[in-house]
Amino acid sequence: MTGITVSGTDNASGTRGRSRAVSGGHYRFRHAARMEWVKLRTLRSTWWTLGITAVGAVAIGVGVGAGTRDGSGDLTNNALVGMVPGLLLTGVLGVLVTTAEYSSGMIRSTLAAIPRRPLALAAKAAVFGALALAFGELASFASFFAGGAALGHGIAAPTLGRPGVLRAVVFSGMSFALIGLIGVGLGAIVRHTAAAIAMVVGGVYVLGQVVGALAHAAAPYMPILIVANSLSTTRPPTCSAGSGSCPQMLSAWSGLGMLGLYAAVVLVIGGWLLARRDA
Amino acid sequence: MIEARGLSKKYGGVQAVSDLSFEVRPGVVTGFLGPNGSGKSTTMRMALGLDAPDRGTVRIGGRRYRDLAWPLREVGSLLEARSFHPGRSARAHLSALAAGNAIPASRVGEVLELTGLAGAAGRRAGKFSLGMAQRLGIAAALLGDPGVLLLDEPINGLDPEGIRWIRDLMKSLAAEGRTVFVSSHLISEMALTATRVIVIGGGRLLADTTVDELSAGAASLEDAFLQLTSASAEFRADGGERSPGGRAGGDSGYSQYPMARRSS
Repeated sequence: MTGITVSGTDNASGTRGRSRAVSGGHYRFRHAARMEWVKLRTLRSTWWTLGITAVGAVAIGVGVGAGTRDGSGDLTNNALVGMVPGLLLTGVLGVLVTTAEYSSGMIRSTLAAIPRRPLALAAKAAVFGALALAFGELASFASFFAGGAALGHGIAAPTLGRPGVLRAVVFSGMSFALIGLIGVGLGAIVRHTAAAIAMVVGGVYVLGQVVGALAHAAAPYMPILIVANSLSTTRPPTCSAGSGSCPQMLSAWSGLGMLGLYAAVVLVIGGWLLARRDA
Repeated sequence: MIEARGLSKKYGGVQAVSDLSFEVRPGVVTGFLGPNGSGKSTTMRMALGLDAPDRGTVRIGGRRYRDLAWPLREVGSLLEARSFHPGRSARAHLSALAAGNAIPASRVGEVLELTGLAGAAGRRAGKFSLGMAQRLGIAAALLGDPGVLLLDEPINGLDPEGIRWIRDLMKSLAAEGRTVFVSSHLISEMALTATRVIVIGGGRLLADTTVDELSAGAASLEDAFLQLTSASAEFRADGGERSPGGRAGGDSGYSQYPMARRSS
């Protein structure tokens, strides 16, 4: 009954002689992704959050660079230190991208257009992940160059050609997207903004610090410590002589894989729950 | 055509909808009537695939909602007025939905004009009055120029001019051969708008007939409705049907049911 053709010129739904017959094919991932992109870019909070995150990262990198008096440390890691507070904002933005659907009622409109729910979540994660990655890389490279330029006291700025430097800068940018995606997945699981934000902040920051201090065996697997000690370093941090129980941090690639695994697990659980539960 | 077969749904031990079967045909406005908490919204949510029925199916044009190829171009729906993000403009909201179902962007301007929102299209929708929010919901329902419309309490918050507008809109959409299924608890409004009515109470079907037949034995459609639903009046005390606790229902018998049921 949905395929009746209307030939009038001024009918009730305002179509001007357009056929109501639905053309072939069906909606696919790319349609869902286009919808999510329009949704993401038409909210001012998206640009504010990502902009503040990037500017904050660069400002901290500059401050650390200007204050550096000893050139023997990992100067790349120093320049990228501002990326870590920004993770909190991308994580929270990721949460809001899903929980705001529920708090506003938008979820009804979203699922009316894309009723295949795992597809809707996959499109949301892909679009948000891509935007967070772009801003993450922008912030990371800008922090690296600005932090290097701010170095004084005769210390030479690190260059991208040095061993491990390009990897550290690129991986730091990727950490924005991955922490953001963990937020998206947790948002889909928990559905309530405050609870999901508490989980992201608690899981990424608080738990990381507490476990890092108390249980050295688990410390290398804490997201925040992965970003700080595995992804953004040019050389694995070494333990100073005499410190008995020093955690052995993951390599940069293992750290990236672990963070990606966290994001994948919460997104898959979130997609599964989304499909099972009443919206 | 909307077809519900043996639809049942329980929320936390409360039977919201019980073995509900009905058909909604194209060409006329079909009213969906029932007291608060009778299961109208729950039925609408199941038709749109938002809530999964415990038993039974509801199909639109022979398919479940989630199996539709281009949902917004086949079914237009309005559940609650505020089904949009408050930070987005009306135009952005509609543009996103259009992109999701490959609906031409030009259609966004058309439905904004049609619903009288063109002048407010760039404003944050969160600032909209209830009436404007309702118009935005109707704009979204019409966006894909669908052959089937499911509207839950569409006149909520509309002023008299808006009520007349949507009444005329629904009638002309039906006259074009579309299926128009509209729920309301305002019987007098349905008497003016609908040709057919499906009446439920306590989640069960009480009548599936025409407005004329239902009101034939009573002074008015309202009298006929109150007579029909008096057995389920106890559920009205439970409040709005949208709050989880208000999705009340029961298994009480309805003595009027056999008399009221018409096989037309």
